Amino acid sequence: MRSSPWLFPIVATIHLFGLAIIGGSVLVVDLRLLGLGLRRQPVSQLARDAEPWLLRGLLVSLPTGVLLFMCFATKYYYLTFFWVKMASLAVVLLFTFSIRREVTMSDEQRIGRVRSTAVALVSLSLWTTVAIGGRWIGFP
Amino acid sequence: MYLIVLTVHVLTLTVFVGTALMLDLRLLGVTMTRVPASEVIARLLPWTTAGLLVMMTSGALLFYAAPMLRYQNVFFRLKMVALVLAALNVWVFRSTVYRRIAEWDLDRVPPRRARVAGGVSLALWAILITLGRMIPYQLYWFDCTRQPQSAIVNALSGCITDSSSVRR
Repeated sequence: MRSSPWLFPIVATIHLFGLAIIGGSVLVVDLRLLGLGLRRQPVSQLARDAEPWLLRGLLVSLPTGVLLFMCFATKYYYLTFFWVKMASLAVVLLFTFSIRREVTMSDEQRIGRVRSTAVALVSLSLWTTVAIGGRWIGFP
Repeated sequence: MYLIVLTVHVLTLTVFVGTALMLDLRLLGVTMTRVPASEVIARLLPWTTAGLLVMMTSGALLFYAAPMLRYQNVFFRLKMVALVLAALNVWVFRSTVYRRIAEWDLDRVPPRRARVAGGVSLALWAILITLGRMIPYQLYWFDCTRQPQSAIVNALSGCITDSSSVRR
């Protein structure tokens, strides 16, 4: 990938597509948890509809991310923001597929407003950290 | 400062394209099919619009950081064309198929024209992201200082070329 001047930007662009897909699928559910967006729909229904797209977004972002990393592995190792991104990515993925999933897929009455809001805010902050970390990787 | 504006621009794209994407997917009949289309449009569009405003503001700021560089950038120019096409697509959708939304609101899969609008929209977001990402690469591939270049590249980039080698 390093030998071709075209390949890196193309892979980076596809990585950005994944970002948009993840962003959309996460936002639809998190906004709903905050009582915004598609308010009149049951959370579990939205979560079930959005989940395949979250997975597709990850399917696009994760491999392209690995490819991007492979270009500059030794360089990234020393960049703080790379580790910030990886750490928050690990945490948000764990969080999304355990706590958040349980909250979104279960009956609304059981969960309550406080917990829904908390889950949404944690999810949004973590993803924002991943995104900012990603953008700032090049800058010490 | 530039970095902050750029970060805002890229992060807001998740809001803007993300919500627009879910909306287009509904128009394609691929997701949230049990939700009435008008509901999806009504509920997500405010977020898309807010995202768009931030995108355009941060985009304008990014442009004014180095106006001539952007203006003479092939990728930037094509990106602006794509934006106009996207706006056109929305306008056409609004004035035709959307008028009769009551007919297909509850359908799992909307009629062909709505699907076309959604598909074109999706393609344009992908093109916009790609072109935006490529803007910095102008410097390596098509910059006006890299003469001699083919006439087409010079014409598209708006380079002023004469016997002088000074960049204009």
